[in-house]
Amino acid sequence: MNPSLVEREFPPTAPYLVGREKVREFARAVLATAPLHHDVAVARAAGFADVVAPPTFPVVVQEATLAQLLAEPDGGIDFSRVVHGEQRFDYVRPVVAGDELTATLRVTSVKSLGGNSMVTAESSIVDGAGALVVTAVSTLVVRGDDA
Amino acid sequence: MALPTIEVGQLIAEREYPLDRGALVRYAGASGDLNPIHYRDDVAASVGLPGVLAHGMLTMGLAVQPVVDWLDGHGWVSGYGVRFTRPVVVDAAEGATVTVRATVGVIDDAGARIDLSVSAAGGTVLGKAQVRVSAL
Repeated sequence: MNPSLVEREFPPTAPYLVGREKVREFARAVLATAPLHHDVAVARAAGFADVVAPPTFPVVVQEATLAQLLAEPDGGIDFSRVVHGEQRFDYVRPVVAGDELTATLRVTSVKSLGGNSMVTAESSIVDGAGALVVTAVSTLVVRGDDA
Repeated sequence: MALPTIEVGQLIAEREYPLDRGALVRYAGASGDLNPIHYRDDVAASVGLPGVLAHGMLTMGLAVQPVVDWLDGHGWVSGYGVRFTRPVVVDAAEGATVTVRATVGVIDDAGARIDLSVSAAGGTVLGKAQVRVSAL
């Protein structure tokens, strides 16, 4: 894997408009039954503008940044050997329907461990006003030839 | 609103989530992750996997739900991280069951850290699964 990925600048992804039905669909898919995810009146009573996306929903927006990373022609990352090692989200606030989100990728570390490589990619996800909503951090393990 | 009253070590939720291939297809569609190792036995076998696997992000996504339900609008999830330690194999006929136990790890001024123990087929599938919760 190319260690110079760490200094590279990546362009922001195209804005992603979070739809109400998309929030409900994603909530059903992760077996999230809390009314905040489905019922607009419940979400508004709790102080949110619209239905609240489940905690892992930002991965849908983050995915576009990981596609940028894997597409780097000199990155040396073979997608067929990539395993998801770790994932975390740090939220400033929950994502709600109506948010228009843009993600910007930064590679924070590239390491070799045994025959494998590990890359940590941090995606800053901001709303339409440019305010940070959530930071999504993925560590991908790229298995070596012998692994 | 304040978080519910808790103490360190307290078990706040324990749930079982049955997964079948339909659940994997539904997550593939909702998330956009169409990697065929999550729905095709032949592809999974060709890359040396023990079977069709649940998406790691599906396991991560459902494992936090007992905490969201427990919060019941009195707080929110302000941070969440996991390590993917072992895959969840979802048999075509039998499916799989993911068991989640959520206990209080730390209580501090900002809220609390809830630690998740997540297992399937007798093995731990998520490591260091920690949920940061804060008052709303």
